Amino acid sequence: MIRKDVSLTINGRAYSANIPPRLTLVDFIRDEANLTGTHVGCEHGVCGACTVHVDGVPVRSCLMFAVQAEGHEVSTVEGFTEPDGSPGTLQDSFWEAHAMQCGYCTPGMIMTAAALLEEDPDPSEENIREAISGNLCRCTGYQQITEAIALAAKRLKEEPADA
Amino acid sequence: MKAAEFDYFRVKSLEEACQLLADAGPEDERKIIAGGQTLVPLMAMRFARPTHLIDIADVAELAGIDVQGETVVVGAMTRQRDVERSSEIAAALPLLTKAVNWVGHQQTRNRGTVGGSIAHGDPSAEIPLTAAMLEATLIARSATGSRDIPIDGFFEGAMITAIEPEEILTEIHFPVWQDAGTLGTAFHEVSSRQSDFAVVSAAAQIVRGGDGACVRAAVGVGGCAPGPVKLRAAEEILTGTALDETAIEQALDTIDAAIEPDSDLHGTADYRRRVARVLVGRAIRDAAADALQEKAA
Repeated sequence: MIRKDVSLTINGRAYSANIPPRLTLVDFIRDEANLTGTHVGCEHGVCGACTVHVDGVPVRSCLMFAVQAEGHEVSTVEGFTEPDGSPGTLQDSFWEAHAMQCGYCTPGMIMTAAALLEEDPDPSEENIREAISGNLCRCTGYQQITEAIALAAKRLKEEPADA
Repeated sequence: MKAAEFDYFRVKSLEEACQLLADAGPEDERKIIAGGQTLVPLMAMRFARPTHLIDIADVAELAGIDVQGETVVVGAMTRQRDVERSSEIAAALPLLTKAVNWVGHQQTRNRGTVGGSIAHGDPSAEIPLTAAMLEATLIARSATGSRDIPIDGFFEGAMITAIEPEEILTEIHFPVWQDAGTLGTAFHEVSSRQSDFAVVSAAAQIVRGGDGACVRAAVGVGGCAPGPVKLRAAEEILTGTALDETAIEQALDTIDAAIEPDSDLHGTADYRRRVARVLVGRAIRDAAADALQEKAA
């Protein structure tokens, strides 16, 4: 079997492995790095459940082979928790606003929302809906998700900026 | 939903990529991977089973936007997101900016490339439609040299293009219209979900002279044939008119003969014909209005 060495960073930590080139980035994150917060949904780029950030921008990790991430920085939903492991502001806002039922889409939604709020700290409802248009949720009807992201935006503005 | 086994090379230069393509054995199917947003789903579904992937993400000379007066040169590896956010593209090629906004989602535009979209030739894709309408020139490179490929005839069938197996698409040269007057553009599409594959897409680019008459028009429709269709007969009818309703309706009457839509899960051929007429009409009217707005500004 063909294998390649790959080294990449996930949430600031370096990972190296010898893997088949056909291993997707999401499978690397879950099965090699054991970070199971990122979900595998459709595996062909439609549902958005596997959204992670690569070099700071959201991408679908099922549409990238792990070998393509060689030398790049990946962040996942685990990277958005507080240092003690408790939910970060965005995650807590999803909990507060009941923005999940089965929770399958949630990590992808969080990663997409994080990228939105970084670019636009005060998004309109229309901008929130546009941002999450590439993430499918089959439970909530999106209303609470939209509200959760607006709530997170409000909270992040009120919080003292981290030094 | 896992890709079949393949070997992987990440190249540092265009020469290296061309050599790897030239060295392909008789059993090899060596494919270039740029952003992978079309190729990887095809591999996941096993519609594509390349034996080798040649990753050009690190080839710096293949990415970039260069406005050279009458031409905008877009490197094949330029990410769709970079086109979407380019003020140079918005000024010189506003139609491309509008088209890219319809391409996939933010997450796929962050990875997907301009060259990848054209090289795959999806019949409903927005960037190929824009390139076809504006008559872009494509530059392809192989180990033996470089050639210019006119876009007319480039899309040979659904997902089949004139790029040879040993060639790499390197640049797309979009013409920038120099006609005196004001430019208007519009891009519309219908899909089952926002930013999903277009069932039908339509676009128009129009220049109006000082008297408001149409000096030049480009009109196109996607999803209605094995490749994007430049509606030449409609363009001819519009040119020289005041873009009045009579002229526009006459132009729309030419669409039926120019397209050959198929029926599939997303819509019947008859539905596509009806939507094509509505969307092309909307694109022409919006582009005509856009050209007037620019004059007022």
